[in-house]
Amino acid sequence: MSALAAIVRRELAAYFATPIAYVFIAVFVALAGVFTFQVGNFFNRGMADLMPLFLYLPWLLLVLAPAVAMRLWAEERARGTIELLLTLPLATWQAVVAKWLAGWLFLGIGLMATWGLWITVNWLGEPDNGVIALGYLAAWMTGGVLLAAGAAASALTRNQVIAFVLAAAICFVLMSAATPLVQEALGALLPAWLAEALAAASALSHFSSVAQGVISAADVLYWVSMTAFWLFVNVLVVEWKKAA
Amino acid sequence: MEALLRLENLHRRFGAMRAVNGISLDVPRGQVLGFLGPNGAGKSTTMKMAAGFLPPDEGRVLLAGIDMWRSPVAAKRHLGYLPEGAPLHDEMTVRGFLAFCGRVRGLSGAALRQALERAAQRTQLAPVWGQRIGTLSKGYRRRMGLAQAIMHEPDVLILDEPTDGLDPNQKQVVRELIRDMAKKSAIIVSTHILEEVPAVCDRVVIIARGRIVAQGTAEEIAAQAPQGGEPSLELAFRHLTGAAANGGRAAA
Repeated sequence: MSALAAIVRRELAAYFATPIAYVFIAVFVALAGVFTFQVGNFFNRGMADLMPLFLYLPWLLLVLAPAVAMRLWAEERARGTIELLLTLPLATWQAVVAKWLAGWLFLGIGLMATWGLWITVNWLGEPDNGVIALGYLAAWMTGGVLLAAGAAASALTRNQVIAFVLAAAICFVLMSAATPLVQEALGALLPAWLAEALAAASALSHFSSVAQGVISAADVLYWVSMTAFWLFVNVLVVEWKKAA
Repeated sequence: MEALLRLENLHRRFGAMRAVNGISLDVPRGQVLGFLGPNGAGKSTTMKMAAGFLPPDEGRVLLAGIDMWRSPVAAKRHLGYLPEGAPLHDEMTVRGFLAFCGRVRGLSGAALRQALERAAQRTQLAPVWGQRIGTLSKGYRRRMGLAQAIMHEPDVLILDEPTDGLDPNQKQVVRELIRDMAKKSAIIVSTHILEEVPAVCDRVVIIARGRIVAQGTAEEIAAQAPQGGEPSLELAFRHLTGAAANGGRAAA
């Protein structure tokens, strides 16, 4: 366990060692504010809740989760430090889980940085804070799924830009597979059963229902199993690239 | 003597190219083995397989008797590895990076502090201890790489081109460190710098085109120089590796 904790600590510190972390959090908070107050029409709705935020948060995550994930493996590969990491006495899965965990904690910090929105809505009215808490939970868990998929994409390449684009593409399909627009496109390209399976694996429906205050075991199972699946893919990619 | 590092019939291809073609080696405790060969002969590929980074197509790697590819975590506990070019995390401090390596290796508290102090002293890193790795000179970077490889006093040290690109003074520091580590460890040092060999290595293996073409002490190898001339490691090296590279034409 100490090996895993050491890597989480190093990875998390690596985000904050450069201005990237601060830029990321600042942009995230600014965009969350813009979407909530401007685009989401917060003041004219006359409702004390954060629905405008949670309406746009999945699409924000679509860009931000790949941005957090892209460096996780591509940077190690570009620098050659992956050779050091994988010759230390730890299993590949430990490195994969530790890196993901660091990114997930970082994403959590980014979400927490939007506390101003939560304060504002409580100051202006009497929102259902339980629903808001569920919304944040849904965002963090959905972010975890996207991050795991993004980390697997990052392990495919030494180029962080390619890692970002690949991760964003995978995350987009994961997020929106159930929307009519994407279903139509997928239906034309893939056999019906595969398009339906992708729709069933869509992250958006789980996010939306939980953000509206309805959480079920199926949602939790979805987040946990999807994250585990992509972490497993990540391990396979690392092992495969090592052999290639 | 018991071999701490054993390579058994290692093979590795990249596409159609046979990078390593049946290399077997034993390195006992207390020995420094010089692993020589021209660029592209398969030195780094062999080192990567020995360190457990690259899986061999065929063959086995045993560290302290443990099969690297069956029990990788247990085997790697006995390993210190300096990859080619000494890759490091530039944004970390010297201390931060070494502490990270120590923690992953299970060191903590007083044991970690002790290992850090010892590594700093042996590699003379004290002057840059709190500095970011990205700001270090090449000599210090290489010593950083060595420090992480030796800090846990491993049984087996695998050093890929440890003195490449260093000035003569820095080379001397690294050589002394290797000799010092050899008292307790089995060490394999890859290099293409021949002047290095008599100063550091007890035994030499020369490879070309993925095969071992000669092995013995530096003197024994030097005696294989062609045409009964002066024994010379350089002439012998060129003769042995050139012969292999030219498909035996030079030997005929």
